[in-house]
Amino acid sequence: MQLGVNIIVLAAIYALIACGYVLIYRVSRVLNLAHGELMMLGSYLLLATASTFTGHPLVAIAVALVLSLCVGALVYLFLMRKMAGEMVLAAVLTTIALGILLRGVMVIVWSAQQQYPGQALGVVNPAIALPGGARISTMAALLVLATAVIYGALFAFLRFSRWGVRMRAAGQNPLLAAQRGINLHAIYALAWGLSTLTGSIAGMLISLDSGLTGTMVLIGLKAFPAALVGGLDSLVGALFGALIVAAAEISLIHYVDPLLSDVVPFLVLIVMLIIRPWGLFGTREELDRV
Amino acid sequence: MSRRMPWASGYFRTGYAQDFKLIETRLERVSAGLFAVALSVFPFVASPFQLDLACQVFLAAIGSLSLMLLTGYAGQISLGHAGLLAAGAFTAGILFKEFGAPFWVTLPAAAAVGALLGIVFGLPSLRLRGLYLAVSTLALHFVVVYLGGEYETKRGYSTGIVIDPPSIGGYAVINPRIWYFVLLAAAAATLFICLNLIRSRTGRAWRAIRSHETVAEALGIGIASYKLLAFVVSSAITAVAGALFAYYRGFVSVEAFSLFLTIQYVAMVIIGGMGSLLGALLGAMFVTLFPYWIEAALAALPGAARYASVLFAVNYAAFGLVMILFLVFEPLGLVGIWHRIQTFFLLWPFKHRQVTGTNR
Repeated sequence: MQLGVNIIVLAAIYALIACGYVLIYRVSRVLNLAHGELMMLGSYLLLATASTFTGHPLVAIAVALVLSLCVGALVYLFLMRKMAGEMVLAAVLTTIALGILLRGVMVIVWSAQQQYPGQALGVVNPAIALPGGARISTMAALLVLATAVIYGALFAFLRFSRWGVRMRAAGQNPLLAAQRGINLHAIYALAWGLSTLTGSIAGMLISLDSGLTGTMVLIGLKAFPAALVGGLDSLVGALFGALIVAAAEISLIHYVDPLLSDVVPFLVLIVMLIIRPWGLFGTREELDRV
Repeated sequence: MSRRMPWASGYFRTGYAQDFKLIETRLERVSAGLFAVALSVFPFVASPFQLDLACQVFLAAIGSLSLMLLTGYAGQISLGHAGLLAAGAFTAGILFKEFGAPFWVTLPAAAAVGALLGIVFGLPSLRLRGLYLAVSTLALHFVVVYLGGEYETKRGYSTGIVIDPPSIGGYAVINPRIWYFVLLAAAAATLFICLNLIRSRTGRAWRAIRSHETVAEALGIGIASYKLLAFVVSSAITAVAGALFAYYRGFVSVEAFSLFLTIQYVAMVIIGGMGSLLGALLGAMFVTLFPYWIEAALAALPGAARYASVLFAVNYAAFGLVMILFLVFEPLGLVGIWHRIQTFFLLWPFKHRQVTGTNR
C-alpha cells in the first residue's frame, strides 16, 4: 500500500516536470535540458518572495509563480530566439549552457546550503494517514492534486482556448502557422513561460516537502525519461511515461538495490529507445529525403 | 616534390599526393619545427604548476580529439563522453586492484573495453538520429557511472580507488617532467591517428555521412559499419585517455566523471570549432585553462577573500556564459576566429567579407 502511494507521488512529480519538456518540444522542437535548473530557480524565487512578503504565504506564492512565468518567457526572448534555425545540437547545447550558468548564479546568490522555504512561508507539513495504513505528507498530497489540476488545465487550454489552438498549429507546421498570421515568437515565448511555470510549481512543492538543495536538478533530469517514454510531443504520453518510470524506480529500489535510484529512469529510457524511439504516444518523425 | 607555392594567391595542388601531405609549405614546416622545439623545452623552464596545467591540457586534448572525430567529423552527437572516460579509468583501476596488472596490460584493456562500449553506445545510432541519439548516450553515461559506483561500494573503496604510478623497467613514473613527455607523446599519437583517419577513405566516408546520410548511402557507403566504426575508434581513444587520467591522478572515483565533465568536453568541441582537429586542441586548451583564468581574474579584483567561498560557482556561471556566447555569436569557434585572422593577413591590405559561415 505504501509502495503504491510512493509510486503515485513520484509519478505525479515526474509528470508535472515532464509536461514542461513536452510543451517546449511539441511547440518548438527544442529539447530544454535546463528544465531542472529553471525548476530550481522557481523554488529559489519562492524562497526570495517568502522573505519579502512575510506573513502572506499566498501572496508570496502568487508572486513567485508570476516571476517564474516571466523568467521562462525572457529565456526565450533573449536567448533561445537567437538559436532559431540553428542545428538541433546547438539549441540543446545552449540550454545545457544556460543550465550551468543558472546553477552557478543560484549558488552565488543563495549559497549551496539546504534551504527550507516551508519554514520561511510558515507552512506546516503534517503526514496524513490514508486508509490501508499508508501515510502521505500534506505537500505530497497537494502535489498529486496540483498535477491533476494542471494537466486538466493544460488539456483544456490546448483544446479550447484561442492561444492553445495557435500553439498546436505552430507545433504542427510553423511555416503555415506563420502565414496564417500567428505570431510564432509570442507562441514560443508563451510555451517557454508555461513550461517554466509548471516546472516551478513542481520545484516549489518538492522544496516545501523536503527542502531545497542542488539535487533538484537531478530530479529534473530524471523526469526527462518520463517525457520521452510517453512520446516527446504528447501530454497524455507524459502521464503514462511518468507512471511507468516511477513504478519501475520505486519497485526496483524496494526489491533490488537503493543505489539504483539514479539509473532506473535512464534504463527505462534505453529500453524504450530500442523498442519504440518515438515513445508510446508520440508521432513518428518523418524519414528524410534527398 | 611540390613546387614552391606563391604566397598570397592561395594554394595550388597539382596531384593527389599533395592532397595527402600534412605539411605543405616551408612556413608550415618551419613553424611546426619551432613548435616542437618549444614543446620540448617547456618542461625545463616551466614551474611545477604550469607543468601540471600542460599535462591536463594534453589529457583533455586526447579526449576532445576523439570526441571531435565522432561529433565533428562523423556527425554523431554523443553526451556520454564522461561515461567512456570513466570506463577507461575504472578498467585501469579494477585491473590494478584485483590483479595488480601493470600499465601495459591495463591500457590495451582500457582500449578494448572502450571499443566494446563504443559498439554499445553506437548501436542506437543505427536507428536514432540527432536528439534521440544524444539522449541515448546520455542514458548510457548514467549506466556506466552507476556500475563504477557499484564496484566502489561493493568492494569497499567508497572514497575511490588508489592506483600506483606506472613503472617502466622497475622505475616508477612520478617525475612531472616524465609525465609531461608521456602525455605529450600520447596526445601527439592521438593527433596522428586522427589526422590519418580523416584524410583517408574512412574520414571521407564519415564526412559524407555527416553531410547527408541518405546521399552517402546512395554513394555506396556502408552507413551502419562506418557509424559503428566512428563510435568504436572514438570510444577506444577516450577510454585510453580515461586510463591515463587515472594513472596521472593516481586515483579513480566516480565523482570525477559527472555530467559536467561531458559538458566540458562537448564545450571543447564547440568552443574550439566543429569539424577541425585544430579546433579540438584549441578547445581543450581553452576549457582546461579557463577556470584558472577566472581564478586569477577574481584574485585581481578588490576584496578577493569574499569570493573565495563561491569560486566554484563563479567558475560555473562564467563557463556557462562563455559557452552561450560562443554558441550565439561565434558558432565556428576559436578556429573560426583563427581563420579570420589568417584571411585578414593573407589578403591585407584588401578586405574580405565572408559570405557564409561554411569555413572548414
